[in-house]
Amino acid sequence: MFLQQLINGIALGSTYALIALGYTMVYGIITLINFAHGEIFMVGAFVGLFATAILKVNYLVAILIAMVVCMLLGMFIERVAYRPLRKSSRLSALISAIGVSIFLSTLAQMLFGANAKGYPEGVFPVKQITIGSAEISTLQLLIIAISAVLMISLEFIVHKTKIGKAMRATSEDYNTAALMGINVNMVISFTFALGSALAAAGGVLVGLLFNAVSFNMGLMAGLKAFAAAVLGGIGSIPGAMLGGLLLGVTEVAGVASGFSSYRDAIAFAILVLVLLVKPTGLLGRKIQKKV
Amino acid sequence: MGDFFLHLLGYVNPYYLQIIVNIGIGIILALGLNVVTGLTGQLSLGHAAFMSIGAFTSAVLTIKIGMPFSINLLLTGFITAAVAALIGLPILRLTGDYLAICTLGFAEIVKVIFLNLEITNKALGLSVPTPNTAIPMPVVVWIVVLLTIVCVTFIHNSRFGRALMAVRGDEIAAEAMGINVTRYKVQSFAIGAFIAGVGGALYAHFMGYINPSDFGFLKSVDILSMVVLGGLGSIAGSVIGASILSAAPEFLRFMANYRMLVYGGLLVCMMIFRPNGLMGGTSFTEMVLRALGRKPRLKIIMEQKNSELTRSGNGDT
Repeated sequence: MFLQQLINGIALGSTYALIALGYTMVYGIITLINFAHGEIFMVGAFVGLFATAILKVNYLVAILIAMVVCMLLGMFIERVAYRPLRKSSRLSALISAIGVSIFLSTLAQMLFGANAKGYPEGVFPVKQITIGSAEISTLQLLIIAISAVLMISLEFIVHKTKIGKAMRATSEDYNTAALMGINVNMVISFTFALGSALAAAGGVLVGLLFNAVSFNMGLMAGLKAFAAAVLGGIGSIPGAMLGGLLLGVTEVAGVASGFSSYRDAIAFAILVLVLLVKPTGLLGRKIQKKV
Repeated sequence: MGDFFLHLLGYVNPYYLQIIVNIGIGIILALGLNVVTGLTGQLSLGHAAFMSIGAFTSAVLTIKIGMPFSINLLLTGFITAAVAALIGLPILRLTGDYLAICTLGFAEIVKVIFLNLEITNKALGLSVPTPNTAIPMPVVVWIVVLLTIVCVTFIHNSRFGRALMAVRGDEIAAEAMGINVTRYKVQSFAIGAFIAGVGGALYAHFMGYINPSDFGFLKSVDILSMVVLGGLGSIAGSVIGASILSAAPEFLRFMANYRMLVYGGLLVCMMIFRPNGLMGGTSFTEMVLRALGRKPRLKIIMEQKNSELTRSGNGDT
């Protein structure tokens, strides 16, 4: 029972972590809470749905297609809605992000209708594996595996490649990075592309897990992922992974112990409690007060 | 007097009347958030929670106790402010985006709790009877709007308001000047919540039906957009922003399905072309004085100095 709930929690938590990574990376670089990120996750789920239902491709190919489409979308949104606002106050950019979010979810509602849609049957043949008393589906294992692969590749990109170094430099100090000859605009575009690709993968996986894709799935998932990012310490990549997993596990534990009608509140209650004890999140850097 | 207003309102199309009242309630909420976010500089993404608490408190007071509306309105405001002070004491220690996400989390928790409580009728929501006031509701709403504008203006120009602005400018510097930062933050939070609670009570009694899901994240965002669109810290801005954004969905109604699409696009465009808000960086009184050609000379000089200071101040940040 315990093992089963733990696996359930980790599977759910890894999808939160995938979305949270996008929030945390964008925040780390331009200190913008990208509220449109949840909507990119939703678009990813829809693209995956159409790839499997209409193009009849394999689920892995569907994830790749969704990632590429959302990458382009993320870069486009950054170019149109955020770049003109980079010099103005952060709240203006925040409102702009909210505008994009409303725009995208309404567009999805108009194009795809208000009803939730399921993935076609047999996209991923689900088998149950019994380990001890726990029943684990192969789908959950797939979600955990794909998330792990994506997160390891992200760590590789950020720490071992040239563009990753540029990303870290930009998040350290935007102006100095620009003076050192780093093409800051390109780095920001790349960050949005990376974050959006991860969110798209998360979208397809969540679509498969709950077998429901709808225009408003991005809102709650986005808010919870944002909570996960803050819980881990916003701006920190390992923090987002940890925060996502922690939220997923506690949420499943809360539901399993009979608080299912409080499901959406559990994540936020944990967040508020953790922030009261540790105001910068679990792995967040200590903010130095300058005098 | 009541009959006179009733007679007057008879000439107004009920549909327009509803829009006018919505604008009024929007203005009240925006002014409340403006005290917290605009004046004190604390970003709150959960202002709808206080509206929700106000709406349900006043509804329960009316339904269970049958309290007269005027006392109900005040009591609701005080209860909401007390809740805000209780919540504010621990969470206002957080800064910036950590505070924002905390208020967001608080709002979600309030929503879920109301969705599960017996007294708020769970997910079905509450029907609120129309109150028996001497003056018809739309007029009551607008009287409260005017009162709120007057009160908020007083706060802006008072010693208290200047302390809040000092906190917004630089917390450490304010503390060094002997301002009790925590106390002022909690007080401004409570004032914002008081106004939101009254707004929520008016909303509940005018609409006649409330549901916890009406006061979700999108409502908070709506209120924040009004404040930012109008210009942070500007009272006239909040009034204009709230009027535009409350009326916009109605005027865009002819576009049917496209209306929220346009609304989203509108938010983006307005921010790109007017990043500091419509009234950001200007003062309504000064604009009127300048239009009348009666701007005091001293103020012009002071302003030039101020703008020079801010310009050089921007250079090194």
